[in-house]
Amino acid sequence: MRDSFAVGTRVSWLAPLRALPAQVDQAGFRERLRLTAVSAVLAALGVPALVLALVMTGAFPSLLSLTGFLMLWLVVPVTAHLTQLHRAVASRLLGEHVVADYAEADWRNLVTAIATWARDPARWRDFAFCWFSGTGGLVMSLVPPALLVGPVILVALGLAQGSVVWSVIASVLIGPSLLAWWFVTEPLVRGRLRADRAILDQSRVEKLQQRVDEVVRSRAETVDHNAAELRRIERDLHDGAQASIAAAGMSVGLAEKLIHSDPETAAELLREARESAVRALEELRTLVRGIHPPVLADRGLVGGIEALAIPIPIPVTVALRVPRLPGPIESAVYFAVAECLANVAKHAEATRAWVVGEHDGERLRVVVGDDGRGGADPRGHGLAGVARRLAAFDGTLEVTSPVGQGTEVRMEVPCRAI
Amino acid sequence: MPGDLRAGNLRAIVAEDQTLLRVGLIRILEAGGIDVVAAVDSADALAEALTRDDFDVAIVDVRLPPTFTTEGLRTVVQARASRPDLPVLILSQYVEPLYARELLAAGRGSVGYLLKDRVVDVDGFLTAVRQVARGGTALDPEVVAGLVKARPLDRLTEREREVLTLMAEGRSNTAIAHRLSITEKAVDKHINNIFTKLDLAPTPDDNRRVLAVLAWLNAG
Repeated sequence: MRDSFAVGTRVSWLAPLRALPAQVDQAGFRERLRLTAVSAVLAALGVPALVLALVMTGAFPSLLSLTGFLMLWLVVPVTAHLTQLHRAVASRLLGEHVVADYAEADWRNLVTAIATWARDPARWRDFAFCWFSGTGGLVMSLVPPALLVGPVILVALGLAQGSVVWSVIASVLIGPSLLAWWFVTEPLVRGRLRADRAILDQSRVEKLQQRVDEVVRSRAETVDHNAAELRRIERDLHDGAQASIAAAGMSVGLAEKLIHSDPETAAELLREARESAVRALEELRTLVRGIHPPVLADRGLVGGIEALAIPIPIPVTVALRVPRLPGPIESAVYFAVAECLANVAKHAEATRAWVVGEHDGERLRVVVGDDGRGGADPRGHGLAGVARRLAAFDGTLEVTSPVGQGTEVRMEVPCRAI
Repeated sequence: MPGDLRAGNLRAIVAEDQTLLRVGLIRILEAGGIDVVAAVDSADALAEALTRDDFDVAIVDVRLPPTFTTEGLRTVVQARASRPDLPVLILSQYVEPLYARELLAAGRGSVGYLLKDRVVDVDGFLTAVRQVARGGTALDPEVVAGLVKARPLDRLTEREREVLTLMAEGRSNTAIAHRLSITEKAVDKHINNIFTKLDLAPTPDDNRRVLAVLAWLNAG
């Protein structure tokens, strides 16, 4: 969607609307011509819309029969295509996403599909839109082209039929008509598109509802994740450093008892105690690295990820243009990349891997890729955990891993530099 | 029978899942002349070992597989439900007054609850093990401190409070006298005062006195 949106900004026909000064110049004229063309297309699309609206309305009374079902089953998806086109046009010209958000339905199953559509506000919006597009919308969109060329056509028609008076009246109208065209085109097109958006876009309540659902889910996952992390840290401490230190203490205690009676055993115990102490330190270091890696704190995401790449047994290209970001986000992305690289090393059978990323002031985008055997499961334990971690920051994770063609994990997190 | 002291070495069961610590414990016990008749690493194996009748004390890690929470403690509390004077010394990497309460709830002796840190003081640890095997108690100073804090002790003098604390830890009168550098007679006097002030029935038996004090503390 975003990609096509980007393409659209390059197509001048669908460039975003802008306020037009009344001043007469070439740029203003060209812009009005463009909007008139768009308006003509919108008007033309009103015809199929009206047909669809009539068919659907006609299908309702016959819903008791199979014919009604079949009609709707055929017409509703077609309607969706038409309204998607309108959504795309409105999105580009208004510079805002107009979102359909249809409820998921299996169109192959006639009955459940129609039952789902019947409960889906987005489908009802489509229906309402067809009526609008085929009636008021059509009239609205017809005005700019009619003002531009209507009187000229009338003059031509009059001349063709030899009605001079008619032609004179029509040619007198050309001036006022063009004047009106100059002023009403932009407001009319804008009004039409706004009306389209008002009908076709999700309602504000639906958008908020969706957002709340997302937040509730990601919050629950974050809480789960944090609890699991704390438990893991506690376990690691208990089984690791704490146990090693306790063992060292025991060895020293026993050595103290034996130092006179059995100095050799005592010396052996002290050596063991020293080893235990060293092990305890190692375990603490590993644990700290797992909580907040010092290199991440010192050097940020770039240094952190470069450090991650070093122990990976295949060449890893790291190309990151990323400023310092808020600590929790650096940490989440760091562990996400760590998980991806660990997967590359463990499962991918790749010959090379890369981590590419940039921050555009609003969002951080990082891609971790490899040329391995693909087929990674995005719902696998590790990646699902990573996705949860990122979701806490409204981040997303997308896995592309066709068998035999490598794996790409794309992460996106909205955040600002600090 | 547990607690049935024969002539000769004490016999112990050790339940600890971390090999390093299990080996260390066995070594310390054996250096102290205590035979380890069984060493287990899970709650199930412990439950089975506790049904044996050839040991004098069980030394149990609170946290054991499979869930690594408080299986050790739970297994012991269950076993003591049917054998209330089963001598058990619980070891843990942290002390939790709640667990001490559960252990003491039955009001019988033969229990100990110590931080693993205390094992480092090898002689002190061995003394605690023997004390529990004899039917006494051995509570970690941290546990006692927690219990003491929960009860108003304004009526006691500073010295009496010290004696009470050491008593609650399960130390003998001799040990208390030694620790506070006073005579055993003075310790006796302090204990009598404590019992009077706390309205506890006097008893000549050391273990019973400790249990009375613990019961009083535990009621807080």
